[in-house]
Order: sequence, then C-alpha cells, then structure tokens
Amino acid sequence: MNSTYMLPNRRHLLAGAVATAATVAAPAILRAQSGPLKVGVLLPRSGYEAGIGQDCQRGVDIAPGILKSLGLPDLTIMNGDTESNVDTAREHAEKLISDGAQLLVGAFDSGQSTAIAQVAEQKGIPLVINIAGAPDITEQGYKFVYRNFPTAPMLTRDGFVQQKAVFDIVGKAPKTVVFMRVNDTFGTAMSKAFAAMMPKFDMPYTIADEISYDPAARDLSVEVTKAKATNADAILVVGRLNDAMLITRELAKQRWTPQAILSVGPGWYEDQYIKTLGKLSDGPMSFVPWYDPNKKLSKALESALAAKYPGINLNTNHVYTFEALLVAADAYKRAGSTDPKALADAVRTTNITDNASIGPGISFNAKGQNDKIIGGGIQNRGGKLITIAPKEAANGQPDWPMKSYQDRA
Amino acid sequence: MAAMIARLTDGLSRRAFVLLAGLLAVLLAAPWIANDYLLTVLIVILYLAYTGQAWNIMMGFAGQLSLGHAIYAGLGAYIPAVLFTRLGIGPWIGLLAAIPVAAACGAIIGFLAFRFGVAGVYFAILTIAFAEFARIGFDHLTIVNASAGLFLPVAQLAHNDLWRLRGSLTMFYYVILAATVFALILSRLLLRSRMGYFWLAIREDEQAARAAGVDTFRYKMYAVMISAAVTSFAGVFYAFFYNNLFPEQVFNISRSIEMILGPIIGGVGTLFGPILGAFVLTGLAESVTSALAAFGVDLPGAKQIFYGICLLLVVVALPEGIWPWLARRLGIAERGR
Amino acid sequence: MGVGVYLNVAVAGVLTGLVYGLMALGLSVIFGVVRVVNFAHGEMMSIAMYIAVVLFSSFHLDPLVMLVPIAAVMFVFGYALQAGLINPFITRPEHSQFLLVVALAIIIVNALLIIFGPDARTVQTSYAYDSFEIGPVIVDASKAYAAAAAIVVTAALFAFFRFTLIGKAIRACADNYTGALVVGLNVNRLYALTFALGAACVGAAGTMMTLITDVTPALGPGYTLLAFVIVITGGLGSMPGALIGGVLIGLTEALAGLLFTPSAKSMFAFGILVLVLLFRPQGILGRRLV
Repeated sequence: MNSTYMLPNRRHLLAGAVATAATVAAPAILRAQSGPLKVGVLLPRSGYEAGIGQDCQRGVDIAPGILKSLGLPDLTIMNGDTESNVDTAREHAEKLISDGAQLLVGAFDSGQSTAIAQVAEQKGIPLVINIAGAPDITEQGYKFVYRNFPTAPMLTRDGFVQQKAVFDIVGKAPKTVVFMRVNDTFGTAMSKAFAAMMPKFDMPYTIADEISYDPAARDLSVEVTKAKATNADAILVVGRLNDAMLITRELAKQRWTPQAILSVGPGWYEDQYIKTLGKLSDGPMSFVPWYDPNKKLSKALESALAAKYPGINLNTNHVYTFEALLVAADAYKRAGSTDPKALADAVRTTNITDNASIGPGISFNAKGQNDKIIGGGIQNRGGKLITIAPKEAANGQPDWPMKSYQDRA
Repeated sequence: MAAMIARLTDGLSRRAFVLLAGLLAVLLAAPWIANDYLLTVLIVILYLAYTGQAWNIMMGFAGQLSLGHAIYAGLGAYIPAVLFTRLGIGPWIGLLAAIPVAAACGAIIGFLAFRFGVAGVYFAILTIAFAEFARIGFDHLTIVNASAGLFLPVAQLAHNDLWRLRGSLTMFYYVILAATVFALILSRLLLRSRMGYFWLAIREDEQAARAAGVDTFRYKMYAVMISAAVTSFAGVFYAFFYNNLFPEQVFNISRSIEMILGPIIGGVGTLFGPILGAFVLTGLAESVTSALAAFGVDLPGAKQIFYGICLLLVVVALPEGIWPWLARRLGIAERGR
Repeated sequence: MGVGVYLNVAVAGVLTGLVYGLMALGLSVIFGVVRVVNFAHGEMMSIAMYIAVVLFSSFHLDPLVMLVPIAAVMFVFGYALQAGLINPFITRPEHSQFLLVVALAIIIVNALLIIFGPDARTVQTSYAYDSFEIGPVIVDASKAYAAAAAIVVTAALFAFFRFTLIGKAIRACADNYTGALVVGLNVNRLYALTFALGAACVGAAGTMMTLITDVTPALGPGYTLLAFVIVITGGLGSMPGALIGGVLIGLTEALAGLLFTPSAKSMFAFGILVLVLLFRPQGILGRRLV
C-alpha cells in the first residue's frame, strides 16, 4: 500500500548536503525572479490531523494539470508539514519563506493558521488560507492574509439557510432536535454561533437538549442514549469523522433512527464514513462549504480526482485547497512578478467567477475575507454525495425521512 | 557587580567559563548571523531550555518526577492572556498575577502528594491527573472561550513594545534568551544555597535526610512551588508569542512530555543538562526535516521515526544524559558530578 | 429520564468497563511485577488492533477466533522487547524508563502512520450492529462478547498466577526481588516472561477492542492514560482489581456523562484517581506496600 520513495544515491547525497548547507548559511536570495511561482503549502500531514491534511494534499496533487489547462502560469509547490503542532507550523512557515517561498497556502487548523499568519504578515509574504473557521484570523487588520473559506458565523448562517431550503423542498420539518456537538475548537465555536444566530433565522424546530462530547471519545453510547431519551425528531450535529461513525453505529445498535441527521461540519460525508458504514451511511445531510456540481471547474476537478485517486469523492478539503492554489496562480498572472507586495496587491483584487465552490466566485473584502461564499447542503445516497441545496447548485432531490437503520440489509 | 559575577562563577574552571561566555556571545549575536527561520528555531530551543530548567529544579534537585508540568505553563499563559484581552493589562503585570497562582497550584499538588505519601511513579501520575483536570476544565470555561480558543489581538507595530510583548522576532528572542540565562543563574544559586544541599540530600535518600533532621516536607514544597512559579513565565511568553491558546494544546500531556525530554536527554540534575538537551532535541528534529527534504524523501512520519530512534540510542547509551559525558570530554566536568 | 435510560447507561458502562479492564490487565501485570512504567502500553495495543484488522480484511478471520493467535504473537513481541531492550532499565530511575518507552511509543505511532496511513481502520463483523433486547435494556452484542472474553482472560490469568509454579515464581519476584534471587529463581527470564504475558493480555484486549472501536495510529496515548488510571484504582498486580477498576471507571464515566456534560466525564475518572492516590494508594484490591 505504501508508495515507494526515492532511496538516496550518491548524487542525491551530495545535492542534499549542499542544499542543507545553503539553507543554513545563505539568506533568502533573489525573490523576485521569473519562472514558476514558489508556493509553500503547509498542511498537517502527520500528527493527529494527518488524515485531513493528507486529504487536502490530494487537492494540491490534482492542481497543476487543471491550472495549466486554464492557461495559468506554473506553480512550484513546496510541501511543508505542520505536524498538527503550532510550534512546528511557525517554524516551517519561516523555513519555507527562507527557502524562497513567495506565497504561502495553509493550514486547515485555526491555531496553526494563526501562527503562520503572523509570520506571513511580518515577512510581507501573502498567505492564502485554504481552510480555517476561526473568525479572529481575519479580524487582526492583516494586509497579507487572505481566507477563501467561510468563518464559523458564515458556516452557521448558511447551515440554517440551507436547512430551511431543504425543509421547503420536502414540505416537512422537525419540531424538535437534539443538538450534539464535539467539544473542540470547531464545535464550541459553532455552538456559540448557533446560540447567537438561531433566533434570527426563525427555525421551525426547538432544541430539546445540547449534548457536548469529548473529541477523543472512544465510545458515544451514553451520549446517544441521552439523545434518544429526548425523543427529538431529528439530530442536529457538529462533529468530525470519528464521532460521526461512532454515533451512527450506536444509533443502529440502540435501534433509533431519527427523521434526519442535520450535520453542520465535516465527518458525515467523508469517504471513510461511507466506506466503513456501507448501507448505514445513507441519509445524513451535511451543510458545509461545498462545490457547485454544475460549474465547469467542478467537473474538471471531479474527473482529475477520479483519474488520480479513483473511488474518492470530491469534497471540501480538495476543492478549497485547490482554490487557494487557483488564487495564487491567478494573482501571479495578473501581478506579472513574484514580488510579494505586487502579489499581495494582486490577491487583494482577485475576482474569479469561474471557480468551483458555490457562490458568485472568489473575491476578498477589506479584511481579506471572501464573504461571498455560500454554503451548500449535501446528502449521502448510495455511496455518492448529492447536492440538495441551494436550488441553483442542486443536482438532486432530498430524501426525507431517513430509512430506518434496522431495515437496511 | 564584579563581586556578583565572581560569586556566580566560583568553582567554574577557567575552560568552562570561557566556553560558557563563548556560547553566550554567539547567542547574543544570533539575530545578526542567523536568518528568521533559524531564529525561530532558536526561540523554540530556548523556550524548551527554559521550561526544562524550571522542571529540573523539581526533578533534578528534589527528585520529584512531574509529568504534568504543562499545568503551570498553562496557568501562566491563560491568566495574563485573559487580563490582557479583557482588561488591557500588560503581560508583565499579568505575570505578577500568574506566579502566585502557579505557585499555589504547585503547593496544592505538593501538599496532597507529600502529606499522603504519594511518591515516585504515583506522584508522576498524580501530576498527570491534575494537568488533565485542568485541560478538561478549561475546555469548559467560558471566560477563556473554552475549547474555541482564546485569541490575543495582534498589532503589527513598526517598533517593539516590550511592555506589551508585541514586536519583532528579535525582541522575542532576546526576551527568551534573558529568561533562560536567568533560569540558569537561579538554578546555580539555588543549588549552592543551603536549601540546595537539603534538596540533594532528599534526592539521594529521603529517609536518611529526615533522620538527619531535615524538614523534607517543607523543602520538597519549596522545590515544587519554585519550579511552578518559574515555569509560569514560559506560559506568558507562549501566549504573547503565538497569540492563540487552546486548552487542548496548552495543557496537553504531549506538552508536558516535550518539556521534560530536554532535561532527561541532557542530564537530569545537572545545571547545563536542560539547555544542552533542548539544543540537541530541537536541532535534531529540524536537521532531520531538512535532510529528509533535501534527499527528496516526502513521507510524513519519517522524521518522527528518526527522532524516536535517536532518543532511544541516547537513553540506552548515555543513561546519565549527554551533558555529563560531554562535560568529561570537554574537560570541564563539575566537581562531584 | 426514566429508569430505562439509567439502566441502559449503567449496563453499557459496566460492559465497556470490563473491556477497559482487560486492556489494563496487561499493564497491571507489567507494572505490578516488572515495575516498568510502560507508557507505550496503548501503542502496543494499537499494534494488536492493526494485526486484527489486517487479518480480518485479508482473510476474513473473526477477532473472537483470532484472540489466542494474536495474543501469542504479542507474547513473542513482548518477550523480545523486554529481554532485548527493557531489561537493563528495570533498575534505572523512572525518568530513564519513561524516556525509553516514550521513544518506543513515538517510533510505533509513526511507523503505523507510514504503514497504514492516517485513516481509521475497522473490523466489520456480521454481528457488528446486533443488539439483545432484555426488557427495557438494549445490550450491544459486540460489547457483550468482548466483555465476556475479558472475564475469561482475566480468570485464566488469575488461575495462572495462583495455581501454576511459574505463576508463583513470578509473584515471588514481585514480592521480594532479592529473596527471589536468593532462592535461585532466574529473575531475568521470569521478568521477560511476565512482560510477554502482559503483552499477550494487551494483544487479547486489542483484538477485542476492534469489535468496539476503530483504530488509528494516534489511538495509543489516550488508552495508556486510561490504563494507568484503572490499574492504580483497581490495585497494582491484582487481576480482578484491574477488572473492578475498569468497571468502576466505565460506570462512573457513563453515569457522569448522563447526569452532567458528557465532554467533562473524564474529569470524574481523574477525580477518582486522585482520591485513590490520596486515601488508598494500593488501590481497591491491591496489597498494602510497606
């Protein structure tokens, strides 16, 4: 299963020694030169976030071919591993910059992205954040940090908007929901955003109970028992892959199938979830930043991913990481130079309408945030992900209610 | 001033003094020689050297194995951070608030442990329990934003603001360098004080020390409290350098482990061990990363395996740590060690 | 919430606790006898879990059947590890032991990451989603089987230490190292044997654990901590103690999760640990040390 990697031979050894020495001794040389743009990509490729980091990496891997077909300039990708750790993220951001990176992309995790943002801002190197939800990052008055991903409040807002859209389409809605959420950065931020915003959206349901659970939980049977005891119509959940799988199994074992599972966040649509649970994976709806399956670039991404990584569904990680690189290449083309200030100015004036994610396109407001992203709604069906909301991006109708777990073969 | 330096360096051989002065000179000049990446690495090294030195006071001098030291750094990080974000109080004042809290926390742990006779591995596990308690507790504390994380507002200033700990990389570097030097000097003074000798006696044979009339309870408490108080500054630095705090990361057991690897590798109970250990470990980690990248090996996890193997080799081959061996090689072995 | 809910949670807590107890059993043996602070305990269990997963996905061998073979493999692994690497460290200070096993843990976790990748692996048996309905209580089938296996293994181990000659010899080493030497026991070999036994227990526990949860490379540390809490609570070196400690922790966490915020339920486990350390350091069933 493991990929073969190069064994060092003598030429590599010498090159390696020289490179190491050069890295240590020489200051960053000749930043503003022509040729491919050097983009440093920082992701958590080892450590506890390794799964997600490596999934984002797939978005990086399929980028070059597509960017080329769009007539955009070449990028030289320099891969950095944050090791799921703030210290390492900061160190390696510095390292990539001193190795000549002219633009940074990263880093999925809010804490690590914050550390990298500080480095980028201090050095005057543009950072395009692929995925990170904490709103604070774009509230610091940074001039070099850009985020093409919704903030937690935006994720929440769209979660509610698209849920209502789905309720309208099926003509039904749950009267009560039990709110289950993971007690980590993401879960808590979303919980606060929910509390603040739910009243404004006039949702048809009330929250019967809020059950927060440990992100490292090995066993969620108590939590699910508690949820079942509320007799709620549906489950509103903010969690991750691990708990999505645990909860689903418990629902089957404890013989409770809610009308719907409304997830705002990752986990319930991921390949691992679908492959592991098979028929039990059908039904949950996820309200997440998503790609518009009707857009041309989305189709290109789908086929490129299918060619390189067959059996893997295109998802948020791939799409948004790809779009960060798209922003980089597009800015480079317009700036015409690799000078970081020119690049930053070019990123600031980005206006890409032919993108993949749902919404009018990629552009940044004064704080460096793309506030025009619209979240979508998807549903698991037969091992695939159907986009059910918003109407403009939909390619299927939602199923309601969920088929009982006990009736699935 | 000269008298103070003389007192500090009394007992150091001439060679040791020269080497130490040389190292200090290089470190002082680092911002001019090294690029920002190296400077960042040095900051991480010195941070670990500082916390390692603080931990060493408790372990190396008084023989108490603490595996939950992250709790003191965590308190030192969160208290000034909350005071700063909510009341605009500067970090140095915040430090004055954090030190007593950390010391009190250490006192509680120490009291519970020593009064009830919890020692050795059991003490270590007790410290882990407290750190985990803090981690989960802070994960639910709304005043620090619970698990959503506490973000400090970052102001990009053209100049360095030492009072509010905002500024360039160089400023942070000198702050942590000064702190590490301070910790080293403090350790030396403590070791050569009357209390230091009592600590050594307790470490070597607690029952004999008690039989000889040493109030072991009192001095063990001092060790824990001083160690906790010194560690708390590391938290202040961490909070204002990284500008974001998550209980999951700040109080995590991996942080506690990270703090103690340096002193164990370098040499527990020695003065210079923690500093050497920090240099070796972080230097090793970054060198392996660079080497792997230069050889074109792109395998997440490979670096950690090399790192683990090196740790294994050191602990098997040099049971006392690297510093005692190195000191003998350099001909500057300390008296009686 | 009716009585049914409490019953369900309590039963689930007890069953889960039994499996945790099995996991801690290996540590009780290793820590209780050889006195090595095995902080790589969870990582060793991860290895066993991965073996079970691979055997299942390649050859469709059910973990319940593979219990003994995998335990045997881990036995050999444990023996080699102890004799080859850990033995000289028994007399060394705790921080040295600690560093050794931490280094081992780092190597194991990252080797697993490289070999198996970061994604969670699982064993999907045909009875994976079965449950028994007994009155108001719904009992998870997989957990019930795993808990039953836990009891069987514990009983077997207990019998071994009580009634066999080697078992008695090992207990002698634990009670009095010098005395054992004087009497002529080959302490080194016995230590290696004990470590191997502990590893075999870990192997059994890991195999059972795959019925309940998924394995990822980073799974280890959480379980290591849990194992220590259980072992200290239940009593060092006591086989039934490990099970009782496991059940106590499992039950407490379950009820705490029900009555309070589930995300804080671990705090109760640590609270119990602190109380035990302070007031009954030998644990519930442990013997009082001098």
